[in-house]
Amino acid sequence: MSSTIIYIKRIFKSGSLNFFRNKTVSISSVAILTTTLIIIGIFFFFRGIFDYTLGEIESKVDIKVYFKLDAEDTQINIIKEKLMSLPEVKSVNLVTEEQVLADFKEKHKNDAVILAALEEVASNPFGSMLTVVAQDTKSYESIAISLKAGSEFLGESYSVIDDVNYFQLKSTIDKLNNIISWVNTIGYWITLVFIVMSSLIIFNTIRLSIFIFKDEITVMKLVGASNMYIRGPFLVESTIYALLSSFLAMLLFFPITFYISKKTALFLDGLSIYRYYLDNFFSLFFLLLLISFALSFISSLFAIRRYLTA
Amino acid sequence: MLYFENIRKEYPGGSVVLDDINLTIEKGELVSIVGHSGAGKTTLIKMILAEERPTAGRISFHSSQIQKLKGKDLVNFRRKIGIVFQDYRLLLNRTVFENIAFAMEAAGKTDEEIEKDVPHVLELVDLGNKIFHFPTQLSGGEKQRVAIARALVNRPEIIIADEPTGNLDPVNTYDIIQILKKINDLGTTVILTTHNKGIIDHLKKRVITMEDGKILKDEKLGKYTV
Repeated sequence: MSSTIIYIKRIFKSGSLNFFRNKTVSISSVAILTTTLIIIGIFFFFRGIFDYTLGEIESKVDIKVYFKLDAEDTQINIIKEKLMSLPEVKSVNLVTEEQVLADFKEKHKNDAVILAALEEVASNPFGSMLTVVAQDTKSYESIAISLKAGSEFLGESYSVIDDVNYFQLKSTIDKLNNIISWVNTIGYWITLVFIVMSSLIIFNTIRLSIFIFKDEITVMKLVGASNMYIRGPFLVESTIYALLSSFLAMLLFFPITFYISKKTALFLDGLSIYRYYLDNFFSLFFLLLLISFALSFISSLFAIRRYLTA
Repeated sequence: MLYFENIRKEYPGGSVVLDDINLTIEKGELVSIVGHSGAGKTTLIKMILAEERPTAGRISFHSSQIQKLKGKDLVNFRRKIGIVFQDYRLLLNRTVFENIAFAMEAAGKTDEEIEKDVPHVLELVDLGNKIFHFPTQLSGGEKQRVAIARALVNRPEIIIADEPTGNLDPVNTYDIIQILKKINDLGTTVILTTHNKGIIDHLKKRVITMEDGKILKDEKLGKYTV
């Protein structure tokens, strides 16, 4: 076996032995790391809830293009195709005049006056309609501009359009855009604060666990161990902390998300935190692993450097 | 082999702990350094280990200047020196075997060499039956013998024993001194600092007496006269 392999093998063995023999330090370090990771994970779930809720609100917003009663199916289809070719458009759905009438009747089924008035008219007073959903709420304005009278985009086809409801919805969409932008800004700041706080907690935990061994580090130096040979086992130990705490945090999220899902099923209509956890299991696990590994590894490097250069 | 030339050590604030130290220690010598607390013995030892650097002067091991050693050179130099402390300074979460093996592993020795040499050196210090004990399971005298075994295992050119019997009873003190004497008889240079008059008078070897950071006396066959 080459000397480098022996060297690495010894560092790994030594780090693992330290982990198991310094039980108190290891247990407390893993406990603090796990708690920190759970807090980070909870934040991940909060982001999930926010994104889902905003997504739900966004999905309820659309532009409705109302057609004149004499609009031909082919003319409507041309406009539909044109709209679908726009990159800002996510989907375009055609609601036929019969469907519009059926929806109207369903909506006003308890309103006898309206239904009687509809009977008086005899023929269907509604034209067909297109519902246009944008990739994001900010795109509605440019879609609406494309649907304006005299736009180059529609050209002659505009003549069959009766009305576009964007301009009635504009203030609602603007408000929604403001909320989304506000939530995102706040979200980024909270993420930053969380990362700084977690880094400090993890750094202090690792620093304390190394501080306990500062006298031993001095002895190791004096018996002729190189800095890497002293540092290596501490890095291995912090890697074990990171791995174990990530596993533990993920394990604890099973009952936590299950319980929260039951409690929040009513007001988080359609979103199950438990389902969200299962669907995002690997991405959350790798996120926690990456954060705990990076933070504990870097913390170890910094904490031990102090004693190696002293 | 070890040369101190006009060594002076002054800490910020003007406190002088070593002054005008001129000293040569030859290969195979057993040198005792005596003096009251604060006389400068430990600072002198720390300079040999390059834990402290002199403010002025030159300290050399063979032809290399110790205070200029850095990085890999410093690590290699320290492997040529075995160190025994008053408070043993064993690695508490490692067994007796692992404590001694650590010094060998750090020096890049193979597993076969470690398997062969560690039991052998433990036999020399009469601890062959405590090989898998942890330091907390040993008496003071036993811990010091493990420290000596660790210092000895890489066959260093010099063994430095800084007050090695300071925490030991008379019986263990006698045992430790006998071991150090035996190591010296086999050709290793031993530098010993102590407060123990009995040890110095018993050894009948070179004694350097220090006071207030200076060498007061340097006698080939000295006695404890502090």
